[in-house]
Amino acid sequence: MTMINDQSYVRTEMLGEKSPPVSNVGIIGWMKNNLFSSPLNIVLSLLSIFAIYSVLAALLPWVFGGVWYASSLTECRAILFEIHGEATKRACWGVIRERFWQLMYGFYPSDLYWRPNLALVWLFAAIAPVLFNGLPKKMLLVSVAFPFVAPWLIWGGSFWVPVMAFMGFVVGFLVHRITSKTISSLVGIILGVLAALLWWLLLSGPIAEMMESIVPLEITKVGSRQIGGFMLAILLGITGITLSFPIGIVLALGRLSNLVIVKALCVGFIEFIRGVPLITLLFVASVLLNYFLPKGTQFDIILRVMIMITFFAAAYMAEVIRGGLAALPKGQYEAADALGLDYWQAQRLIILPQALKISIPGIVSNFIGLFKDTTLVSIIALSDPLGWVKLIQGNAEWNGVIWELYGFVAFVFFLFCFGMSRYSMYLERKLQTGH
Amino acid sequence: MSDSATVRKEMSISDEIAIEITGMNKWYGAFHVLKDINMTVRRGERIVVCGPSGSGKSTLIRCVNRLEVHQEGTIIVDGTELSSDLKNIDKIRSEVGMCFQHFNLFPHLTVLENLTLAPIWVRKTPQKEARETAMHFLEKVKIPEQAAKYPGQLSGGQQQRVAIARSLCMKPRIMLFDEPTSALDPEMIKEVLDTMIELAEEGMTMIVVTHEMGFARQVANRVIFMDEGQIVEQNEPQEFFNNPKSERTKLFLSQILGH
Ligand SMILES: Nc1ncnc2c1ncn2[C@@H]1O[C@H](COP(=O)(O)OP(=O)(O)OP(=O)(O)O)[C@@H](O)[C@H]1O
Ligand SMILES: [Mg+2]
Repeated sequence: MTMINDQSYVRTEMLGEKSPPVSNVGIIGWMKNNLFSSPLNIVLSLLSIFAIYSVLAALLPWVFGGVWYASSLTECRAILFEIHGEATKRACWGVIRERFWQLMYGFYPSDLYWRPNLALVWLFAAIAPVLFNGLPKKMLLVSVAFPFVAPWLIWGGSFWVPVMAFMGFVVGFLVHRITSKTISSLVGIILGVLAALLWWLLLSGPIAEMMESIVPLEITKVGSRQIGGFMLAILLGITGITLSFPIGIVLALGRLSNLVIVKALCVGFIEFIRGVPLITLLFVASVLLNYFLPKGTQFDIILRVMIMITFFAAAYMAEVIRGGLAALPKGQYEAADALGLDYWQAQRLIILPQALKISIPGIVSNFIGLFKDTTLVSIIALSDPLGWVKLIQGNAEWNGVIWELYGFVAFVFFLFCFGMSRYSMYLERKLQTGH
Repeated sequence: MSDSATVRKEMSISDEIAIEITGMNKWYGAFHVLKDINMTVRRGERIVVCGPSGSGKSTLIRCVNRLEVHQEGTIIVDGTELSSDLKNIDKIRSEVGMCFQHFNLFPHLTVLENLTLAPIWVRKTPQKEARETAMHFLEKVKIPEQAAKYPGQLSGGQQQRVAIARSLCMKPRIMLFDEPTSALDPEMIKEVLDTMIELAEEGMTMIVVTHEMGFARQVANRVIFMDEGQIVEQNEPQEFFNNPKSERTKLFLSQILGH
C-alpha cells in the first residue's frame, strides 16, 4: 500500500522506435485525413471523383483513340466509321499532323526554319547568365549580341543592318562619355540619346547600304506577313516580356520619384495605357499609325505590334513592381543612404532585388497574361496560332474541325504558361533567405 | 569639466571639432520639431542624448547625416557644411556611420555581403581587401562564424552587432546610434553595449540616443537632455545624474530611474 505514494522511477531499458499507426500514414492515412474525414467530406469527395471520372471517360478515348493518318475531315470520318460505327466520337489528329509546321512557323520558308530555331537557341544562351550565376563573363557577349543578331536571323537581309544598329549604341555612348566629362552628366545623357537617334534615323541606313555594296553579307529576306503560328506568338511574347520588364521598372521608379515632371509623365503613361483595351492599341498599330506616319515610310507591322504589346505590358508591370517597392520597409532606403550609396546603387543593389523578389508572382502572372494576349493579333490579320486555326478551317479538307485545332493550341499555350509558373515558384524558393 | 581620474577621462578628446550645429531649426510641415539647436562635438567625444518620446532625438541625429533635411541654421560635419549639394552629402555619409533601432540589415544578402557592399561600391575597395576588413570587424564584434548566414537567421543582438560592424567597415570617423538596444531582449542588450563600449575606448566620436543610463554613466563624457525639440540641459554624466538643474530633467530622470 505504501507503494502508491512512491513516485520515483528508473527506466532500465530504453524504448525502440515504433512506426506510427497505419491509419495516419501512407496513402490510406492520407485519404482518410483529407478525403473521408467527415460525412460532408465523403459526399463531396465521391461527387468529385464521379465528375472527374466522367470527364476522363469521355476525353481519354477521344484523345488517344484519334486518327492521325487522314488528309481530310471526310477521310477521317470514314476511317472512324469503319472502326467504331456510327455514334462514336474520336479526334481527327490528322489535321495537326498535316498542318503542324504551319501552326508552328506560319508561311515561313521551310528551308529556313533553322534561322528562327537558331535564334531561339541563342536566346537560351543569352538569358543563361540571368538565370544561373557563376557562368564565365564571356557569355555576356552572347547576350549583348542577341538583340542584334536575332532579328537579322528571323527577317534576314544584310548583316550590316544589325551592325549599324549596334553602332548607334556605340556612337551614343561615346558622345555621352565625352560630353558628360566636359559639360554635365545630365547634358551628357541627353546628347548621347540624341546622337544615337540621329545615327539610326539618318546615317545607319545609307552606311549599311554602302557597306553592303562593298562587302555583301546578305541572307534571304523573309517578310513579316510570312511569320506566323507559334513562332509569332513566341516572338511577340519574348520581346514583350524582355522589353516590358526594364521599362516597367523605370516607370515604377519614375512614379515614385521626387522629380515632378518625371513623375507626371510616368503616371500619365501608366494610367493612359491601363485605361485602354489592348485591342484598341493593336488597331492603332495596324491602321492609325500608318495614317500619321509620313507617306512611304516602311514601318513593319510586327514591329508596330511589338511596341504596343510592350507598352501595354510595361504599364501593368510598373504597377506590380510599385507594389513590391511599397512593401519594402523604409529602413532599407535609410540604411542604403546612411552607407553613402547613391540613388542608382541603392536601387540596383538593395531596393530592386528585394522589391522584385516580392513581386515575382505578380510579374510572372503578367508575363503569362502577355503571352496569351498575343493571340489578339489575329484580329488585325496577323496569322498567330488562332489566325492559323481559322485559315485551316477555311480549307475545304478541314472545314468543320474545331476541337482538335483549338485543343492543340490550348495545349501548347498551357505547356508554356505552366512552365513559366513552375519556374517562378522555383525562383521564389531559391531566393528565400530565412525571414 | 572635472578632472577626476575615471576610465572615461583617459579617452582622449582633441580640440578638433567633429560636428558643429548652429541655430538649427527643422519643421515637419507646420510642426516645429527641432528648435534652435546649438551644439559642438569634438573629436573623440561620446555624447548620449536622452529625453522623452517624441522630443526629437532621432530627428536630431538623422539631420547630422542628412537622412532628414533641416530648414534653418548650419550643420558642419568634419569641416563640410551640409547643403543640398549631393557631393557633400555623399562625402559626409561615407564618413559618418549610423546604427538603427531595427538594425536595417539587408535581408537578401549574407552577413559578409552586407559588410562588403558599401566599401566595394562607395569606396571602390577591391573585393579581397573588403572581405578581409569585413572579417576583421566581424571578429571585433565576436561573430566571425556567422559570416555566411543571412541576417534573418541571426538573433537580434547578433544582428545589431553585424549592423555596427557594417558601419565600421566604411572606416567612419563619427558613429551615430539611434536607440541601438531598445528593440532587443534584456540578455542581448549587454552584448551590444559591450561592443559600443569597446568602440568608445578606441576613441571613436559617438552620438548615442539611448535610455541605457548605465551606459551613459560609464562611457559618455556629456549627456544631452532634449524635450519638445530643444536641448534643455547638457552636462557631464556625474553632474547630470546627481545634480540636474532643470525641473524637466529632474522629472524625466525620476521617471526613467524608478523613484
Ligand atoms: N516623417 C515625419 N513626419 C511628421 N512628423 C514626424 C516625422 N517623424 C517624426 N515626426 C514627429 O516629430 C517628433 C519627433 O520625432 P522623433 O522621432 O525625433 O522623436 P524621438 O525623440 O526620437 O522619440 P522616440 O524616443 O519615440 O524615438 C514626434 O512628435 C514625431 O511624431
Ligand atoms: Mg527615436
